[in-house]
Amino acid sequence: MLSRREWIKEGLWSIPAFHYGLGTLLNRRISNEDDKVTSPPTRPFVVELPIPPVAQAIQKLDPAPDPAAHQRYSEFPPRVFYEIHQKEAKHSFHPDLPENLTWGFDGIFPGPTFHARYGEPIIARFYNDLPANHVGFGIPETSTHLHNAHTASESDGFPTDFFFSGQCKDNHYPNIYAGGDPREALGTLWYHDHRVDFTTQNVYKGLVGFYLLFDELDSGHEEDWNPGLGLPSGDFDVPLAFADKAFTPDGQVFFDAFNFDGILGDKFTVNGVIQPFFKVARRKYRFRLLDAGPSRFYQFFLSKDEPGKTSELFTLIANDGNLLPAPLAVQSVELGVANRMDVIIDFSNYKIGDQLFLENRLEQTSGRGPTGKIPIGDAILRFDVDRDAADHSRIPSKLRELPPINLSEVVTERRWVFERSQGAWAVNGKFFNVNEIRANPEQGTAEIWTLKNGGGGWSHPIHIHMEEFQILTRNGEPPAPHEVSRKDVVNLGPGDEVRIFIRFRDWVGRYPTHCHNTVHEDHAMMFRWDVTGRNGENPPSPRVFGTRILP
Amino acid sequence: MRRRALLVSGALASLASVILRGVGFGRESAPRTGPRAGYFPNAILRTHENKPVRFYDDLIKGKVVLINFMYTNCDGLCPRQTANLAAVQRALGDRVGRDIFMYSITLKPEEDTPKVLQEYAKSNGVKPGWLFLTGKPEDVEKLRRKLGFVDPDPTVDKDKSQHIGVVLYGNEALDRWAACPALTDPTEIVRYVLWMEPKNKQAAD
Ligand SMILES: [Cu+2]
Repeated sequence: MLSRREWIKEGLWSIPAFHYGLGTLLNRRISNEDDKVTSPPTRPFVVELPIPPVAQAIQKLDPAPDPAAHQRYSEFPPRVFYEIHQKEAKHSFHPDLPENLTWGFDGIFPGPTFHARYGEPIIARFYNDLPANHVGFGIPETSTHLHNAHTASESDGFPTDFFFSGQCKDNHYPNIYAGGDPREALGTLWYHDHRVDFTTQNVYKGLVGFYLLFDELDSGHEEDWNPGLGLPSGDFDVPLAFADKAFTPDGQVFFDAFNFDGILGDKFTVNGVIQPFFKVARRKYRFRLLDAGPSRFYQFFLSKDEPGKTSELFTLIANDGNLLPAPLAVQSVELGVANRMDVIIDFSNYKIGDQLFLENRLEQTSGRGPTGKIPIGDAILRFDVDRDAADHSRIPSKLRELPPINLSEVVTERRWVFERSQGAWAVNGKFFNVNEIRANPEQGTAEIWTLKNGGGGWSHPIHIHMEEFQILTRNGEPPAPHEVSRKDVVNLGPGDEVRIFIRFRDWVGRYPTHCHNTVHEDHAMMFRWDVTGRNGENPPSPRVFGTRILP
Repeated sequence: MRRRALLVSGALASLASVILRGVGFGRESAPRTGPRAGYFPNAILRTHENKPVRFYDDLIKGKVVLINFMYTNCDGLCPRQTANLAAVQRALGDRVGRDIFMYSITLKPEEDTPKVLQEYAKSNGVKPGWLFLTGKPEDVEKLRRKLGFVDPDPTVDKDKSQHIGVVLYGNEALDRWAACPALTDPTEIVRYVLWMEPKNKQAAD
């Protein structure tokens, strides 16, 4: 993928070929040309941006959680409880399309947003209330993964730890800093289904939600400038989940089950609706951008007055949900699948009545990855500046310090090559096998992993569970400023080789590493690694509660 | 669903040619129902036992299936994959042919006649319920594309050896489809296939 410097150098960024995505389609290819689908037309910017509701805690769980089912439960006893029901419900993507039956956490897409705090451990009980005899894409068997969480293996939503319609499972989210170090704080996380081989289908069906984690520094209160950072909060802290979808001529979500490369859609949804508008006040907003997949890469620009006209400056404050050491002024942000980028847009620079367009100027025509060209752009979200409002927030010059990289902790180096193999996807020539432990790091140690793109012109956003990493080098060079960050998904463009520093703290058990183009993941670009305790501790087996009678 | 699959399979084993004659061989207008009736071609293929079968009506409709592509004159991956799938068949036991069906479609129909396929099946210890299939080249090509065994790079797409690594598994009655590498650990493939039937009480692990 081109860096911003390269974009400018190539002069590509000034190409003014734009449109509003009025149903003509672009950027879409499915596995067989005769079944090519073009979604019905939809008018842009007629739906207001929905903001997912905040998940509401309950007093207690019945039956009570089983302490023996979780690592270090007594050290981090849960103080906050949630019940989340995964179920089928009607959903409107756009008033020009008929309602669809989607799957959602609590029946909504995206699901409710968790507001969690460090020091307040959570048990979230996930119920699978999906239709047992469902016909069509999606499988009513789920394993809920909290993406980027520093959790025990049995609460991580391992791909084969799935449970069935009528069952439920408790995930323990202790909300602790890795190694007890506040510099390891996580901020923008998301939860999604991770059922082996069916992750793409179940996530495409709607099993996606945000989980925001606050602490003293990122306190969620913009008036709090000490010790808080004073970042925009409340109604001005807005999660944005981007997911591209295709629709059949009769307006039902179309999923190409016979595509092993990557799924692209010609309709761009934000928080579950196609091309919404959002009324904003003349003040600062924090937007938490998430690429919810399944296979598309984005490069977002902000244009004033009309799409493709200008490239406004805004501020990047967090990469993969982690506050950067200092804010960065940028003209664009790039996201691969599962990446999160937190940005601040200051609408006080504009007048009431102004319109701005968040648009994707990265071309992608197949699951292969972005072409690097920008012959066309898609305006996805329109901001309408319509009022004044008080603004107690600020963008401080320093955000969160990075934890040091101590290479003397490194005990092992490993090399992982992500490659196409006979029409499927392999890592170091091997396909995912849940019974094969491909690495066995010891708890409390650090390692250097080299992540290498195996070629063929494909791009792979690689995700490592459990603990974040820092990039040492990308293609032999130090990382670009926006990648000087803790991360959990690193994009491997064609030919890329990235060396990372990663620690394995606090938990034992099995975790996966996989490509987050989930179509690649579902076709075996994944491997299992197990953290072994110093004294050989074993994690408890994931505990699923028995069958209930569904109403 | 299981009972229906059983009936259909019984018919397939002994009466396939009779049924085909009954509805008019070569006609693709037989009544078709099921979630993928409009998607899959009903092309007539020939099995390694030299029986004509219609792809959708006889092989797919209402069934739990495993489908892969191969060719006999292949010294690279195909033998290992066929051996792997033979291990899958052994592990599934008599369910194969009763309520689970395995299909291997040749990518070189010109060379792989029913007779060639029969010898190949015999030498690989293939048991009933697993059919090796050939047909008109254009039908096979269309099936390959419909089943997603394609590469966006035209040069790679022309190379037949790029399309033999994946086995598709699914349950047409539920329109539930997935795929895994054909060299996946056979015990895992067996688990994946058994997961294709709806069940409420089975633990995941
Ligand atoms: Cu990939």
